[in-house]
Amino acid sequence: MGKEIGIREEMPRQAPEVRRCNFDEVALGYSVEQAVGEAKRCLQCKKKPCVAGCPVEVDIPAFVHLIAEEKFLEAAKSLKTTNALPAICGRVCPQEEQCEQLCVLGKRDQPIAIGRLERFAADYEAANVDPAGKCDVTDRRPPVANMGKVAIVGSGPAGLTAAGELACMGYDVTIMEALHDPGGVLAYGIPPFRLPRTILNREIDYVRSLGVTIETNAIVGKLYTLRELLNEGYDAVFVGTGAGLPQFMKIPGENLNGVYSANEYLTRINLMKAYKYPEYPTPVRVGKKVAVIGAGNVAMDAARCSLRMGAEEVSIVYRRSRAEMPARAEEIENAEEEGVKMDLLTAPIRFIGDDEGFLKAMECIRMELGEPDSSGRRRPVPMEGSNYIQEVDTAVIAIGQSPNPVVRQSEPDLQTTKWGGIITDEETGLTSIPGIYAGGDAVTGAATVITAMGAGKKAARAIDAYVREKKGL
Amino acid sequence: MYKVVKKTRIADVVTLLEIEAPALAKKARAGQFVIVRLNEKSERIPLTLANWDAAAGTITIIFQHAGRSTHELADVQEGGEIRDVVGPLGTATEIENYGTVVCVGGGIGVAVLKPIAKALKEAGNTVISIIGARDKSLIILEDEMREASSELFITTDNGSYGRQGFVSNVLTDLIAEGRKIDLVFAIGPVPMMRVVADLTKQHGLRTVVSLDSVMIDGTGMCGGCRVTVGGETKFTCVDGPDFDAHQVDWAELVMRKKTYAHQEKCQLDAYKGGKG
Ligand SMILES: Cc1cc2nc3c(=O)[nH]c(=O)nc-3n(C[C@H](O)[C@H](O)[C@H](O)COP(=O)(O)OP(=O)(O)OC[C@H]3O[C@@H](n4cnc5c(N)ncnc54)[C@H](O)[C@@H]3O)c2cc1C
Ligand SMILES: Cc1cc2nc3c(=O)[nH]c(=O)nc-3n(C[C@H](O)[C@H](O)[C@H](O)COP(=O)(O)OP(=O)(O)OC[C@H]3O[C@@H](n4cnc5c(N)ncnc54)[C@H](O)[C@@H]3O)c2cc1C
Ligand code: SF4
Ligand code: FES
Repeated sequence: MGKEIGIREEMPRQAPEVRRCNFDEVALGYSVEQAVGEAKRCLQCKKKPCVAGCPVEVDIPAFVHLIAEEKFLEAAKSLKTTNALPAICGRVCPQEEQCEQLCVLGKRDQPIAIGRLERFAADYEAANVDPAGKCDVTDRRPPVANMGKVAIVGSGPAGLTAAGELACMGYDVTIMEALHDPGGVLAYGIPPFRLPRTILNREIDYVRSLGVTIETNAIVGKLYTLRELLNEGYDAVFVGTGAGLPQFMKIPGENLNGVYSANEYLTRINLMKAYKYPEYPTPVRVGKKVAVIGAGNVAMDAARCSLRMGAEEVSIVYRRSRAEMPARAEEIENAEEEGVKMDLLTAPIRFIGDDEGFLKAMECIRMELGEPDSSGRRRPVPMEGSNYIQEVDTAVIAIGQSPNPVVRQSEPDLQTTKWGGIITDEETGLTSIPGIYAGGDAVTGAATVITAMGAGKKAARAIDAYVREKKGL
Repeated sequence: MYKVVKKTRIADVVTLLEIEAPALAKKARAGQFVIVRLNEKSERIPLTLANWDAAAGTITIIFQHAGRSTHELADVQEGGEIRDVVGPLGTATEIENYGTVVCVGGGIGVAVLKPIAKALKEAGNTVISIIGARDKSLIILEDEMREASSELFITTDNGSYGRQGFVSNVLTDLIAEGRKIDLVFAIGPVPMMRVVADLTKQHGLRTVVSLDSVMIDGTGMCGGCRVTVGGETKFTCVDGPDFDAHQVDWAELVMRKKTYAHQEKCQLDAYKGGKG
């Protein structure tokens, strides 16, 4: 390629002016040449510093090496020995803060594009092994089954991972999911232009192909309680119910029509497919002027969905400065290229409605940064007299989510923190009730796909040890 | 997939479906609801558990043909299937022996009220029920309500059946007669619940209403169903649907229920046009 060794291969993407009008995937993926070129930059470090940054311990140099040698199917297989959802992780993980941050090449030049290579290998396998989407699972299948029965509550990344791991160890695993489709945030939150649903469904099918049963429309705490599951034949239960409870700002006018939680907005658009309205009849009210409050990944997704739903002006309203924005750098860049405006050091203090209760404007105040707060970030302080009124017809509140309440409300013995996170042993995921394990956002509060997967994996090992001991196996 | 084992038109624009859902039938309690999604392309719609039979493994929903989704649901055939049914959702009604309870139901609200009246009677209460509708053709579940009550009053707005007037007129009379009333349940269209709430507030009668805000997931995950009760934001799907009538911000509920009025009309017109 005649390229400098220090520079990574660019990811081809849809042009901003095109992609802001469709829900197709933005990043198009490496070609074979690009993938091999990128993989060849890897130094194959003996100490594998990058692996330490991966919560599920993918053997990064090994799979990158296989790509460099053009053994793409083997690369995918190698990935799947530690990560059941590589096509998803390759797309949504914050590699820049994890494996890629520790890559030695990053000290002087650009780190290896580990995420992009992961995605490449997984997509290559899907396209070349069985175009229908089924994967070859023979070498992950357990030789003997019948270790016992495990119930998994929630089908997000934590639940899917725990389920896949346990199935491979020979357990009979059933996932219970409250919604009509599996995937958790991957299905209802992250938009298809970042994670196409064909990719998600392919990886879910892979978990199913390991022998996992997924029961949708099964809300634990209502349809079954945790105790009933333990009493009615399950040897252990893993709770991966996520952090879906939206936080509001508690400012006047927040219940006006047109003010949404990010969860409702994204659920309507992505899970209920309002982006294909009226073919799919669930409505959503996306006005001409949309303000998204917050600056994490959730906010970026809401802003970028708004553009694609036809909004003319979309702004991110954030009370701190650019440096503190919690979203991935790549997503902020994508959003800005598509035309999302950044209203930084600004916070809404009131929503204003018309006579019929529809949002028409928002009063904001400017902020400046003061002393660092408990999170170590500088605290935003309102600037007196800087109030102004901005016209807006849709507002989306994306300031965070807390753990889902239904399971904990139904089980008083399940100990939780005061903000609702399930208390667990960090190494095993064991909760205050023997036989019941938990992990992912339900424990940590809103975090990442890969930390949820890491927790699912740890809990799977602990569940296996627990059941073996109980049964004397 | 959930099989429809029985379908009946119980009134002009009201359909009853009995659906196979054995696990749900075991857990259902008065005041709870389900969310159904007819097929891959349908909306999720909340409907109250009007009845359930743990032995037969079935649940019953009764719904008014309001807009596109309920019309679509009413077109399901006996023996046909519904793709998704999730529940039981919401907090069950607090049933205990209160003494004398007046159950006021308007229109389709009677379907929501019936299991509550029945459970109250089984708990030993004296149940006085008042049910009403615009017209005789819209009165539903008369026999079932009679069975669940010690006394039953019926009203129609136009006088075509029972007493002419509103359900609240009967309640006003009961209060005027000095009848002992320990608790009132009022379930029906918002204007009706509001009138009853105003009336009982004047007389210091504790009143419970069941709210029907617009929902999506029904699991507390979106906040779309939020209502203001006693000055605080509550999620109807997990904190309710039952709330203290005297604490509800009715104006806000009326406003929020109209969020999608325009889209709802377009959808219904398109659906009817497509069939016609
Ligand atoms: C819009 C958005 C964008 C994001 N972008 C990124 C990103 O780019 N990269 C990244 O790493 N992370 C991202 N995240 C965070 C990431 O998605 C989560 O950290 C991760 O999904 C948590 O996984 P989980 O398995 O713990 O829970 P979830 O994915 O939340 O899944 C929990 C599942 O449990 C189900 N459930 C809840 N209660 C019950 C019950 N009582 N019974 C049965 N089922 C129940 C829920 O319906 C849900 O399906 C994003 C989050 C959002 C909301
Ligand atoms: C907890 C609860 C229990 C209910 N129980 C019953 C019942 O037992 N029988 C019955 O006939 N109806 C019941 N409803 C109302 C029923 O859900 C709506 O009539 C139905 O969703 C209308 O859908 P549609 O497409 O046919 O009508 P649309 O044309 O979409 O709307 C007609 C009306 O229904 C309301 N509505 C629309 N979508 C929703 C939604 N997703 N959630 C709630 N309301 C909505 C609208 O505000 C409007 O007032 C209940 C609602 C709730 C929240
Ligand atoms: S640290 Fe970077 S260069 Fe070294 S093995 Fe890992 S990916 Fe390759
Ligand atoms: S319907 Fe989503 S929180 Fe109640």
